[in-house]
Amino acid sequence: MHIPDGYLGPATSGVMYAVMLPVWAIASKVVKKTLKAKQVPLLAIGAAFSFVIMMFNVPIPGGTTGHAVGAVLVAILLGPWAACIAVTVALVVQALLFGDGGITAIGANCFNMAFVEVFAGYYLYKLISGSSLIISNRRVIAAGIAGYVALNIASLSTAIMFGIQPLLHRNANGESLYCPYGLNVAIPTMLGEHLLIFGWVEAVITALVIRYLQKQDPFLLKAGEGVSA
Amino acid sequence: MKTTTKLWIGIGVLILFSPLGLILPERFKAGDAWGEWGADAFKELVGYIPKGLEKLSILWSAPIPDYAFKGWEEKGLAGLSFAYIASAIIGILVVACIIFLIGKFLTKKD
Repeated sequence: MHIPDGYLGPATSGVMYAVMLPVWAIASKVVKKTLKAKQVPLLAIGAAFSFVIMMFNVPIPGGTTGHAVGAVLVAILLGPWAACIAVTVALVVQALLFGDGGITAIGANCFNMAFVEVFAGYYLYKLISGSSLIISNRRVIAAGIAGYVALNIASLSTAIMFGIQPLLHRNANGESLYCPYGLNVAIPTMLGEHLLIFGWVEAVITALVIRYLQKQDPFLLKAGEGVSA
Repeated sequence: MKTTTKLWIGIGVLILFSPLGLILPERFKAGDAWGEWGADAFKELVGYIPKGLEKLSILWSAPIPDYAFKGWEEKGLAGLSFAYIASAIIGILVVACIIFLIGKFLTKKD
Protein backbone atom coordinates (compact mmCIF):
# COMPACT_ATOMS: atom_id res chain seq x y z
CA MET A 1 0.00 0.00 0.00
CA HIS A 2 3.10 2.24 -0.05
CA ILE A 3 2.71 4.24 -3.26
CA PRO A 4 6.19 4.77 -4.78
CA ASP A 5 7.41 7.94 -6.50
CA GLY A 6 6.11 8.25 -10.05
CA TYR A 7 2.84 6.37 -9.71
CA LEU A 8 0.85 9.49 -8.90
CA GLY A 9 0.89 12.64 -11.00
CA PRO A 10 1.73 16.00 -9.42
CA ALA A 11 -1.97 16.91 -9.09
CA THR A 12 -2.78 13.94 -6.87
CA SER A 13 0.43 14.10 -4.81
CA GLY A 14 -0.02 17.86 -4.33
CA VAL A 15 -3.66 17.61 -3.27
CA MET A 16 -2.80 14.87 -0.78
CA TYR A 17 -0.06 16.97 0.82
CA ALA A 18 -2.51 19.88 0.93
CA VAL A 19 -5.09 17.69 2.67
CA MET A 20 -2.61 16.25 5.15
CA LEU A 21 -1.02 19.55 6.27
CA PRO A 22 -4.11 20.72 8.20
CA VAL A 23 -4.66 17.16 9.48
CA TRP A 24 -1.13 17.09 10.90
CA ALA A 25 -1.65 20.58 12.37
CA ILE A 26 -4.89 19.53 14.10
CA ALA A 27 -3.27 16.30 15.28
CA SER A 28 -0.43 18.27 16.93
CA LYS A 29 -2.93 20.58 18.58
CA VAL A 30 -5.13 17.79 19.92
CA VAL A 31 -2.16 15.75 21.10
CA LYS A 32 -0.69 18.79 22.83
CA LYS A 33 -3.96 19.21 24.71
CA THR A 34 -4.72 15.61 25.60
CA LEU A 35 -1.63 13.41 25.58
CA LYS A 36 0.12 13.10 28.92
CA ALA A 37 3.93 13.01 29.12
CA LYS A 38 3.78 9.51 30.60
CA GLN A 39 1.92 8.30 27.49
CA VAL A 40 4.77 9.29 25.15
CA PRO A 41 6.58 5.92 25.58
CA LEU A 42 3.39 4.15 24.48
CA LEU A 43 3.21 6.46 21.45
CA ALA A 44 6.79 5.46 20.58
CA ILE A 45 5.87 1.79 20.95
CA GLY A 46 2.82 2.33 18.74
CA ALA A 47 4.92 3.94 16.00
CA ALA A 48 7.59 1.21 16.34
CA PHE A 49 4.89 -1.47 16.12
CA SER A 50 3.40 0.03 12.99
CA PHE A 51 6.88 0.34 11.46
CA VAL A 52 7.87 -3.28 12.09
CA ILE A 53 4.51 -4.92 11.35
CA MET A 54 4.62 -3.34 7.88
CA MET A 55 7.88 -5.27 7.26
CA PHE A 56 6.01 -8.59 7.56
CA ASN A 57 5.17 -9.04 3.90
CA VAL A 58 2.52 -11.72 3.60
CA PRO A 59 2.68 -13.62 0.30
CA ILE A 60 -0.19 -14.57 -1.95
CA PRO A 61 1.39 -17.73 -3.40
CA GLY A 62 2.53 -17.06 -6.97
CA GLY A 63 1.17 -13.53 -6.78
CA THR A 64 1.88 -10.35 -4.88
CA THR A 65 2.56 -9.50 -1.25
CA GLY A 66 0.91 -7.21 1.26
CA HIS A 67 1.01 -6.45 4.94
CA ALA A 68 -0.86 -5.18 7.98
CA VAL A 69 -0.38 -1.57 9.11
CA GLY A 70 -1.22 -1.70 12.81
CA ALA A 71 -2.86 1.73 12.62
CA VAL A 72 -6.17 0.68 14.20
CA LEU A 73 -4.43 -0.79 17.22
CA VAL A 74 -2.52 2.44 17.85
CA ALA A 75 -5.75 4.42 17.43
CA ILE A 76 -7.53 2.28 20.02
CA LEU A 77 -4.64 2.68 22.48
CA LEU A 78 -3.99 6.40 22.08
CA GLY A 79 -6.86 7.94 20.16
CA PRO A 80 -6.97 8.75 16.44
CA TRP A 81 -4.98 11.99 16.46
CA ALA A 82 -2.02 10.54 18.34
CA ALA A 83 -2.20 7.46 16.10
CA CYS A 84 -2.12 9.73 13.06
CA ILE A 85 1.19 11.16 14.28
CA ALA A 86 2.63 7.73 15.16
CA VAL A 87 1.83 6.17 11.78
CA THR A 88 2.97 9.32 9.94
CA VAL A 89 6.39 9.11 11.61
CA ALA A 90 6.69 5.41 10.69
CA LEU A 91 5.75 6.15 7.05
CA VAL A 92 8.12 9.12 6.72
CA VAL A 93 11.07 7.09 8.05
CA GLN A 94 10.17 4.21 5.71
CA ALA A 95 10.12 6.58 2.74
CA LEU A 96 13.26 8.57 3.53
CA LEU A 97 15.57 5.86 4.87
CA PHE A 98 14.32 2.74 3.13
CA GLY A 99 12.66 3.98 -0.07
CA ASP A 100 9.45 2.21 0.97
CA GLY A 101 6.83 4.59 -0.43
CA GLY A 102 7.83 7.64 -2.46
CA ILE A 103 8.72 11.03 -1.03
CA THR A 104 6.32 12.77 -3.41
CA ALA A 105 3.69 10.28 -2.19
CA ILE A 106 4.18 10.86 1.56
CA GLY A 107 1.01 12.96 1.66
CA ALA A 108 -0.95 10.27 -0.17
CA ASN A 109 0.43 7.37 1.84
CA CYS A 110 -0.21 9.20 5.11
CA PHE A 111 -3.73 10.04 3.95
CA ASN A 112 -4.46 6.35 3.35
CA MET A 113 -2.73 4.72 6.29
CA ALA A 114 -2.34 7.44 8.94
CA PHE A 115 -5.67 9.19 8.37
CA VAL A 116 -8.29 7.08 6.57
CA GLU A 117 -7.36 3.80 8.25
CA VAL A 118 -6.84 5.37 11.66
CA PHE A 119 -10.15 7.26 11.79
CA ALA A 120 -12.26 4.57 10.10
CA GLY A 121 -10.87 1.95 12.48
CA TYR A 122 -11.17 4.09 15.58
CA TYR A 123 -14.80 5.09 15.09
CA LEU A 124 -15.85 1.61 14.02
CA TYR A 125 -14.24 0.22 17.18
CA LYS A 126 -16.09 2.82 19.28
CA LEU A 127 -19.36 2.07 17.53
CA ILE A 128 -19.15 -1.70 18.01
CA SER A 129 -17.75 -1.51 21.56
CA GLY A 130 -20.56 0.77 22.68
CA SER A 131 -20.60 1.04 26.43
CA SER A 132 -19.23 -2.46 27.01
CA LEU A 133 -16.72 -3.02 29.79
CA ILE A 134 -13.03 -2.43 29.01
CA ILE A 135 -12.36 -6.15 29.58
CA SER A 136 -15.33 -7.48 27.59
CA ASN A 137 -15.03 -9.88 24.66
CA ARG A 138 -17.12 -7.50 22.63
CA ARG A 139 -14.14 -5.11 22.53
CA VAL A 140 -11.84 -7.84 21.19
CA ILE A 141 -14.30 -8.58 18.39
CA ALA A 142 -14.78 -4.84 17.78
CA ALA A 143 -11.00 -4.43 17.44
CA GLY A 144 -10.80 -7.29 14.93
CA ILE A 145 -13.67 -6.02 12.79
CA ALA A 146 -12.34 -2.46 12.92
CA GLY A 147 -8.88 -3.67 11.82
CA TYR A 148 -10.31 -5.68 8.93
CA VAL A 149 -12.70 -3.03 7.63
CA ALA A 150 -10.35 -0.06 8.09
CA LEU A 151 -7.44 -1.69 6.25
CA ASN A 152 -9.81 -2.46 3.38
CA ILE A 153 -11.11 1.11 3.25
CA ALA A 154 -7.48 2.31 3.16
CA SER A 155 -6.70 -0.11 0.32
CA LEU A 156 -9.75 1.16 -1.59
CA SER A 157 -8.62 4.75 -1.16
CA THR A 158 -5.13 3.77 -2.37
CA ALA A 159 -6.63 1.95 -5.37
CA ILE A 160 -8.68 5.03 -6.30
CA MET A 161 -5.51 7.16 -6.30
CA PHE A 162 -3.78 4.66 -8.59
CA GLY A 163 -6.85 4.22 -10.76
CA ILE A 164 -7.55 7.89 -11.56
CA GLN A 165 -4.06 8.47 -12.96
CA PRO A 166 -4.82 7.23 -16.52
CA LEU A 167 -7.85 9.57 -16.52
CA LEU A 168 -5.74 12.56 -15.49
CA HIS A 169 -2.46 12.14 -17.35
CA ARG A 170 -1.96 10.76 -20.85
CA ASN A 171 0.32 11.79 -23.70
CA ALA A 172 -0.69 12.20 -27.35
CA ASN A 173 -0.17 8.46 -28.05
CA GLY A 174 -2.65 7.56 -25.33
CA GLU A 175 0.12 6.25 -23.08
CA SER A 176 -0.26 6.91 -19.38
CA LEU A 177 2.34 9.20 -17.82
CA TYR A 178 2.03 7.73 -14.34
CA CYS A 179 0.23 4.63 -12.99
CA PRO A 180 -1.14 3.01 -16.18
CA TYR A 181 -3.85 0.94 -14.52
CA GLY A 182 -7.34 2.39 -14.31
CA LEU A 183 -9.99 2.04 -11.64
CA ASN A 184 -11.32 -1.13 -13.31
CA VAL A 185 -8.03 -2.90 -12.56
CA ALA A 186 -6.73 -1.12 -9.46
CA ILE A 187 -9.87 -1.44 -7.32
CA PRO A 188 -10.66 -5.14 -7.83
CA THR A 189 -7.00 -6.13 -7.49
CA MET A 190 -6.08 -4.10 -4.41
CA LEU A 191 -9.40 -4.45 -2.61
CA GLY A 192 -9.64 -8.13 -3.54
CA GLU A 193 -6.29 -9.07 -2.04
CA HIS A 194 -6.95 -7.06 1.12
CA LEU A 195 -10.45 -8.51 1.56
CA LEU A 196 -9.12 -12.05 1.03
CA ILE A 197 -5.87 -12.01 2.98
CA PHE A 198 -4.22 -8.88 4.35
CA GLY A 199 -7.36 -7.57 6.11
CA TRP A 200 -7.47 -10.75 8.18
CA VAL A 201 -3.87 -10.24 9.29
CA GLU A 202 -4.76 -6.73 10.51
CA ALA A 203 -7.88 -8.11 12.23
CA VAL A 204 -6.02 -10.87 14.08
CA ILE A 205 -3.10 -8.76 15.32
CA THR A 206 -5.41 -5.93 16.44
CA ALA A 207 -7.73 -8.29 18.32
CA LEU A 208 -4.90 -10.33 19.87
CA VAL A 209 -3.05 -7.32 21.27
CA ILE A 210 -6.28 -5.87 22.71
CA ARG A 211 -7.03 -9.27 24.32
CA TYR A 212 -3.51 -9.37 25.78
CA LEU A 213 -3.79 -5.84 27.18
CA GLN A 214 -7.20 -6.59 28.72
CA LYS A 215 -5.50 -9.25 30.81
CA GLN A 216 -2.17 -7.52 31.31
CA ASP A 217 -3.10 -3.88 31.92
CA PRO A 218 -6.79 -2.85 31.54
CA PHE A 219 -5.92 0.60 32.94
CA LEU A 220 -3.77 1.25 29.91
CA LEU A 221 -6.79 0.59 27.67
CA LYS A 222 -8.90 2.84 29.86
CA ALA A 223 -6.31 5.65 29.61
CA GLY A 224 -6.59 5.56 25.82
CA GLU A 225 -10.17 6.79 26.09
CA GLY A 226 -8.88 10.06 27.56
CA VAL A 227 -6.95 11.14 24.43
CA SER A 228 -9.83 10.60 22.05
CA ALA A 229 -11.06 14.22 22.01
CA MET B 1 7.39 -5.71 35.01
CA LYS B 2 5.84 -2.57 33.52
CA THR B 3 3.53 -3.03 30.55
CA THR B 4 5.62 -0.72 28.37
CA THR B 5 8.70 -2.87 29.09
CA LYS B 6 6.78 -5.98 28.06
CA LEU B 7 5.57 -4.26 24.90
CA TRP B 8 9.14 -3.23 23.99
CA ILE B 9 10.16 -6.88 24.42
CA GLY B 10 7.29 -7.73 22.06
CA ILE B 11 8.70 -5.24 19.53
CA GLY B 12 12.11 -6.91 19.93
CA VAL B 13 10.61 -10.32 19.17
CA LEU B 14 8.90 -8.89 16.07
CA ILE B 15 12.25 -7.45 14.93
CA LEU B 16 13.93 -10.85 15.28
CA PHE B 17 11.16 -12.56 13.31
CA SER B 18 10.90 -9.77 10.70
CA PRO B 19 12.91 -11.73 8.07
CA LEU B 20 9.80 -13.91 7.74
CA GLY B 21 8.46 -10.97 5.74
CA LEU B 22 11.29 -11.65 3.31
CA ILE B 23 11.58 -15.44 3.43
CA LEU B 24 7.87 -16.37 3.11
CA PRO B 25 7.29 -14.34 -0.10
CA GLU B 26 10.48 -15.92 -1.53
CA ARG B 27 9.29 -19.39 -0.53
CA PHE B 28 5.83 -18.93 -2.05
CA LYS B 29 7.15 -17.17 -5.16
CA ALA B 30 5.25 -13.98 -4.48
CA GLY B 31 6.60 -10.84 -6.10
CA ASP B 32 6.29 -7.14 -5.23
CA ALA B 33 3.17 -5.67 -3.70
CA TRP B 34 0.64 -4.54 -6.31
CA GLY B 35 1.55 -1.05 -7.51
CA GLU B 36 5.08 -1.13 -6.07
CA TRP B 37 7.04 -2.39 -9.08
CA GLY B 38 10.23 -0.76 -10.35
CA ALA B 39 9.86 1.39 -13.47
CA ASP B 40 11.48 -1.27 -15.71
CA ALA B 41 8.75 -3.79 -14.89
CA PHE B 42 6.23 -1.81 -16.93
CA LYS B 43 7.85 -2.75 -20.24
CA GLU B 44 6.62 -6.28 -19.59
CA LEU B 45 3.39 -5.34 -17.83
CA VAL B 46 1.91 -2.82 -20.28
CA GLY B 47 4.43 -2.68 -23.16
CA TYR B 48 5.92 0.74 -22.34
CA ILE B 49 7.42 2.62 -19.41
CA PRO B 50 5.19 5.56 -18.42
CA LYS B 51 7.31 8.69 -19.01
CA GLY B 52 6.42 10.60 -15.86
CA LEU B 53 6.77 7.50 -13.72
CA GLU B 54 10.22 6.79 -15.13
CA LYS B 55 11.40 10.32 -14.38
CA LEU B 56 9.98 10.52 -10.84
CA SER B 57 10.97 7.00 -9.81
CA ILE B 58 14.63 7.98 -9.54
CA LEU B 59 13.91 11.17 -7.61
CA TRP B 60 15.05 9.81 -4.26
CA SER B 61 17.76 7.29 -3.53
CA ALA B 62 17.25 6.00 -0.03
CA PRO B 63 20.36 5.09 2.02
CA ILE B 64 19.06 1.55 2.75
CA PRO B 65 16.78 0.81 -0.21
CA ASP B 66 14.23 -1.98 0.41
CA TYR B 67 15.74 -2.69 3.83
CA ALA B 68 18.82 -4.17 2.15
CA PHE B 69 22.48 -3.14 2.12
CA LYS B 70 23.98 -2.07 -1.17
CA GLY B 71 26.54 -4.54 -2.52
CA TRP B 72 25.20 -7.45 -0.45
CA GLU B 73 23.15 -8.88 -3.31
CA GLU B 74 25.29 -12.01 -3.59
CA LYS B 75 25.10 -12.86 0.10
CA GLY B 76 21.81 -14.70 -0.32
CA LEU B 77 18.85 -14.98 2.00
CA ALA B 78 20.96 -15.10 5.18
CA GLY B 79 22.65 -11.80 4.34
CA LEU B 80 19.35 -10.25 3.32
CA SER B 81 17.76 -11.41 6.57
CA PHE B 82 20.60 -9.87 8.58
CA ALA B 83 20.18 -6.57 6.72
CA TYR B 84 16.42 -6.77 7.27
CA ILE B 85 16.85 -7.11 11.04
CA ALA B 86 19.46 -4.35 11.10
CA SER B 87 17.09 -2.12 9.10
CA ALA B 88 14.26 -2.82 11.54
CA ILE B 89 16.50 -1.85 14.47
CA ILE B 90 17.75 1.33 12.77
CA GLY B 91 14.24 2.27 11.63
CA ILE B 92 12.70 1.74 15.05
CA LEU B 93 15.48 3.68 16.80
CA VAL B 94 14.91 6.63 14.46
CA VAL B 95 11.11 6.39 14.80
CA ALA B 96 11.31 6.24 18.61
CA CYS B 97 13.74 9.20 18.78
CA ILE B 98 11.43 11.33 16.61
CA ILE B 99 8.40 10.42 18.75
CA PHE B 100 10.25 11.26 21.98
CA LEU B 101 11.30 14.62 20.45
CA ILE B 102 7.73 15.33 19.36
CA GLY B 103 6.57 14.27 22.83
CA LYS B 104 8.97 16.76 24.42
CA PHE B 105 7.52 19.60 22.37
CA LEU B 106 3.88 18.61 22.60
CA THR B 107 3.25 17.39 26.11
CA LYS B 108 3.37 19.06 29.47
CA LYS B 109 4.60 17.30 32.57
CA ASP B 110 1.76 16.53 34.90
